[in-house]
Amino acid sequence: MAIGQSTTRREAAKPARLRRMLPNPIPLVLGLVWFVIAFYPVYYMFITSLRTQAGFLSGSLWLPPSNPTIENYLGVIQNGIGLYFLNSAFVTVISVVLIVAVSLLAAYAIARIRSRVVQFTFRVFLLGLAIPLQAAIIPIYVLIVHIGLYDTLYGLIPPQVAFGIPLTVLILVNFIRDIPNELYDSMVLDGSGHFRILRSLVFPLSRPALITVVIYNALQVWNNFLFPLILTQSSNVQTLPLALQQFQGQYGVNVPGLMAAVFLSVLPIIVLYVVARRQLLGGLTAGFGK
Amino acid sequence: MSGRLSWSISLMLLPAVAFFVVFALGPMIAAVYISLLDWNGISTPHWVGFGNWAKAFTDSVTLHSIFLTVQVMVLSWIVQTPISLLLGVFLAGRQRYRALLGVFYFLPLLFSAVAIGLIWASSMLSANGALNSLLQAIGASSLTNDWLGNPNIALYAVIAVIAWQFIPFHTLLYQAGTRQIPQVLYEAARIDGAGTLQQFFYITLPQLKYTVVTSTILMLTGSLTYFDVIYVMTGGGPGYATRTLPLQMYITAFQDAQIGYGSAIAVILAVVGVLLSLIMIRLTGFGRMESQAEGL
Repeated sequence: MAIGQSTTRREAAKPARLRRMLPNPIPLVLGLVWFVIAFYPVYYMFITSLRTQAGFLSGSLWLPPSNPTIENYLGVIQNGIGLYFLNSAFVTVISVVLIVAVSLLAAYAIARIRSRVVQFTFRVFLLGLAIPLQAAIIPIYVLIVHIGLYDTLYGLIPPQVAFGIPLTVLILVNFIRDIPNELYDSMVLDGSGHFRILRSLVFPLSRPALITVVIYNALQVWNNFLFPLILTQSSNVQTLPLALQQFQGQYGVNVPGLMAAVFLSVLPIIVLYVVARRQLLGGLTAGFGK
Repeated sequence: MSGRLSWSISLMLLPAVAFFVVFALGPMIAAVYISLLDWNGISTPHWVGFGNWAKAFTDSVTLHSIFLTVQVMVLSWIVQTPISLLLGVFLAGRQRYRALLGVFYFLPLLFSAVAIGLIWASSMLSANGALNSLLQAIGASSLTNDWLGNPNIALYAVIAVIAWQFIPFHTLLYQAGTRQIPQVLYEAARIDGAGTLQQFFYITLPQLKYTVVTSTILMLTGSLTYFDVIYVMTGGGPGYATRTLPLQMYITAFQDAQIGYGSAIAVILAVVGVLLSLIMIRLTGFGRMESQAEGL
């Protein structure tokens, strides 16, 4: 949607450009201060993960270590962080596929039908935006125990899907509504059924919105802590955030080891951020207009 | 469209409705019912009516956690709003260096709350962590503190970390909002001789009115649900110093096995959250909710 940057706006800004070349000192200083506040803890996590434990207990902690070591990373990997990665990836992939699939179907129906029942359903979904996760967690726990999915990776998926649906449907409905009616009409005239319209018209045209909701939901599920905390127990079904929190107890004073584990857990997201920054940031605030 | 056609297409709603009703809306309603029971989750539940509710508004621990939650709400708003607003306006400028700084600003937004909690609790704010080590290095040893272990300070430390986590998000909202302000307003102001500060107070700020409303409501409803970061950093302690309402709910329901009482607290959270969200819908309107990808 960066295409939306109109050329007229750019042209209009030209006269002021020369004056704007010189940074205004006050915002620049504030900007740099926040740079340090925002980024230093991340940097500090990284340099700490390269320290030996003895190095952490002595010396200047805010400077990088003189003899960086990767032994903390080796230790964390030997400790089985790979399994938690796989668990998180499993739950994330299945949840996101389900969220997007069922939401796309629902959004298509909502965008195409003006019936009262359908529009009421849409309003109920929107109401879901207001339900805090914590408020429903106790009955969800009881339910998951009753259907026998407690302490399994599968038990984490349905609640994630349910809580992903409202915002995903909202974004997709807004997008699908913008597809011109003529396009639908011509496909209907060609004798296409709904699934064909979905596949060859809606799916390709709403790709930007689909990318947005995939990113948004993937981050939500990957980073979720409350569901694994309450719905699992055994260490072999832990997802990454929960495993990290347990490491904290196990590692005790071994802060460099813990920081190596934290760094490994955020590494995939950092790599993704470097590759697809715009989409990631757009995905995060999707659905919240001005 | 023919009636039969819309009937068949309505079936497409079913999978989403099923997931949503069974695992989100249903549980929300069930929470109200469970809040009327005295139940430890295993034995036979007893009907106690509004007993748990009466307890929630008289139990000193829960009252304290309501007080803490309001404190977190108010202080979070006071800390996060001006910083996000200034940063958002700053980043909306088109110079290269701003874009470059912006790359780093948004990293915290992507991390899990657990990662954030661990970075701050175990290394930045711990007794032998970076902050104390830095204070010693600049000769301010008297300012060093056990940030999360000192009951008088822990809540403020937690609020600071939560601000660190969420300011990037609100900055994004303000950045996008600022970029939607028509440039002609600034040109007209410049022709009238308005300086940078005047432009900020007479154009930027009023034009960001709706962004301020949205961001504020999101902050307030968000404050009700801050759980992970606090749980990881302090577990609600020391003592009850950071036991906000979501932590009180979790501890009551899952550690003390008072499922009914925990549900009453959960419903209080939900009611306040829904009320705040309804205000948001009233003030901003869902019609205006659209992707903010523009302007990044």
